[in-house]
Amino acid sequence: MSEPILELRGINKSFGPVHVLHDIDLDVHPGEVTALVGDNGAGKSTLVKCIAGIHPTDSGEVLFAGEPVHIKGPRDAADLGIEVVYQDLALADNLDIVQNMFLGRERTKGGLLDETDMEQAARKTLASLSVRTVKSVRTQVSSLSGGQRQTVAIAKAVLWNSKVVLLDEPTAALGVAQTRQVLDLVRRLAEQGLGVVLISHNMNDVFEVADKIACLYLGRMAAVVGSKDVTHGQVVELITAGRSGDLGIARPEAATI
Amino acid sequence: MSSEEGGMTDTTEKHEHDHETPQQGAISDFGIDTTSQSTGEAVRDYWARVRGGELGSLPALLGLVVLLVVFSALSPTFFTLGNLANLLQQGASITIIAMGLVFVLLLGEIDLSAGTASGVTAAVMALHLINNGNLLGGMGDTVFYVFCGLLVLAIVLASVMKIWAGAVLSAIALVIAAVGIPANAWLEMLLAICVGAAIGSITGFLVAKVGIPSFVVTLALFLVWGGVVLQFIGDGGTLGLRDDTIFNVANGNLNFVGSWALFVISVGGYAAIVLIRHFSRLRKGLVAQPTSLVMAKIGALAVLAAVITYALSLNRAPSDLVIIEGVPYVVPLVLVLLVIGTFVLDRTSYGRHVYAVGGNKEAARRAGINVERIRMSVFVIASSAAAIGAIVYSSKVGSVDPNAGAGNTLLLSVGAAVIGGTSLFGGKGRLRDAVIGGAVLAIIQNGMGLLKQPAAVVFIVTGLVLLLAASVDALSRRRAATAAR
Repeated sequence: MSEPILELRGINKSFGPVHVLHDIDLDVHPGEVTALVGDNGAGKSTLVKCIAGIHPTDSGEVLFAGEPVHIKGPRDAADLGIEVVYQDLALADNLDIVQNMFLGRERTKGGLLDETDMEQAARKTLASLSVRTVKSVRTQVSSLSGGQRQTVAIAKAVLWNSKVVLLDEPTAALGVAQTRQVLDLVRRLAEQGLGVVLISHNMNDVFEVADKIACLYLGRMAAVVGSKDVTHGQVVELITAGRSGDLGIARPEAATI
Repeated sequence: MSSEEGGMTDTTEKHEHDHETPQQGAISDFGIDTTSQSTGEAVRDYWARVRGGELGSLPALLGLVVLLVVFSALSPTFFTLGNLANLLQQGASITIIAMGLVFVLLLGEIDLSAGTASGVTAAVMALHLINNGNLLGGMGDTVFYVFCGLLVLAIVLASVMKIWAGAVLSAIALVIAAVGIPANAWLEMLLAICVGAAIGSITGFLVAKVGIPSFVVTLALFLVWGGVVLQFIGDGGTLGLRDDTIFNVANGNLNFVGSWALFVISVGGYAAIVLIRHFSRLRKGLVAQPTSLVMAKIGALAVLAAVITYALSLNRAPSDLVIIEGVPYVVPLVLVLLVIGTFVLDRTSYGRHVYAVGGNKEAARRAGINVERIRMSVFVIASSAAAIGAIVYSSKVGSVDPNAGAGNTLLLSVGAAVIGGTSLFGGKGRLRDAVIGGAVLAIIQNGMGLLKQPAAVVFIVTGLVLLLAASVDALSRRRAATAAR
């Protein structure tokens, strides 16, 4: 097995008195899709935001390609090659696709925006991902459908040659065909050698695309299992009770504080 | 230039919206992406956008035409050369303040203090001129030291937020105030702009870093600056601006050669920039408008500019004793500010970030944009622009009184930006909106005055027009929200 691209060791995070993440360990390997599952409030989104530098962690270590790193803000994460696609789609509606894909990292020539370069790069990336549903790369994001927005957000990750892509419920609000499209895209990202972390509530999606499943239970990592080694039911038990047979936290009752 | 300019695409077949039938793993081209359109398609696209709620400045342009026709029909003096020039000079200060406010409105914020802040800058300018550079003598000890203290505070705040332009301008203001250089019109105008930047740094810091809603901060500062103007000038006093250079800003005209040189430079420059960009985009296979449309736009603009320049270069003096002719100085002033501002908004990362923060603050933050810095910077721009507006209206009146910038200066400026099509909700708007909206308001004020309407009617009509513009903005926004998805 390849070396993990991103390793989390003993991550803790509290919001005031609420201890949201307890000693989280997680490995993300390149070329693999790791699904992050858990009930509402289990800490999935918080974990992603910690990795992305939106929230600072209280303690614990993050290793990127084997090197310890300190992620202090979204820019640090982006510089390392960690890209996050958020549930609420962090796109500015009033900008077009190209402008959104390069937001915060515009290419300039002599101090001015290099629109030519950006437009060509955006089109090439979308073409490499077989995105065929967008009429023009200069379309405003406000006029795109949910699936198209998701696609733009994901394409942004590819454009930046990211090493790790974190997807927070990319299919939550999508119809059947669009979900299909996004899942294909997720698989394609992994095939291109990226480490992919997929947060999802939908077990069908998880079993379809994930190589590994990491289950969070009340802020603790209950288990990290291969998706071929477990059944649907076992994962649901891990999500709801924190354990399933030999898998999971030893005594979840004691763990709830 | 037909649609064969495929660019990155090998296939020219245009699929319709076919995202319902995705083929698994099919690596195809970016098939339905089109880079060039026919004129018909472009017009249909534009019409679809208008129907979808993106009106831009269309309502204001229509309003402008209607107003011109109505007032020309009702008042014999409205469409005279003298009044045309008068209109431009009357509307200029409001337009300039409105251009600064567009930056603030783009973030969905508001600056209610822009009017009285401009009054402060005008008062400082007048004090410096009248006391021959001795601000200490003009203000009195206590006031002068507080004034310098605030300038130092502005320098510190702007430096903390790394808004270097604000810090440098505030520092220049401090130097001019402290050194006491003898009066010079250009120096006074620079001082006014620098004081404006300092005021904006303080406002911006309170909004962006302290986190008080801009509505409250600027409402409070609206009163504060109003009081400061009163303190500077004294109750019932008036500071006269007896200086030819300052007087000429709003009242002077370019000579005949200068007027036509301005025409050649502005139209030629515009055409050159637009055409070079257009053909380079076509050559590289990027999304471009049809050539015919681009040409039509340039042609229309050139004809309009030529007609106006010709009209303004005729003698428009009411009596035979004097000759008044040429394009007023305010026209190149507004044009230069418009070009610089538009350039910043459209062609620099800073401008892109302003739009992004206005469209989705959270998305901008996650993209690594320093949202606080952007939010603070727009107030610096707005107050600096307000100072330029102050120079123009003080020049027009020839003096600064305790009511400078108070009254309806601010409302008219915000009104100009909104009437022109800048959204109060942030994210949508262009600098030319301020110019178009400023023209609409100037025509209303001027036309109603010529029709000898009482102030009551002028106020009510102006207010209703603003309300109408804000309604159009809100409704088109709702329309856009339902049209999408």
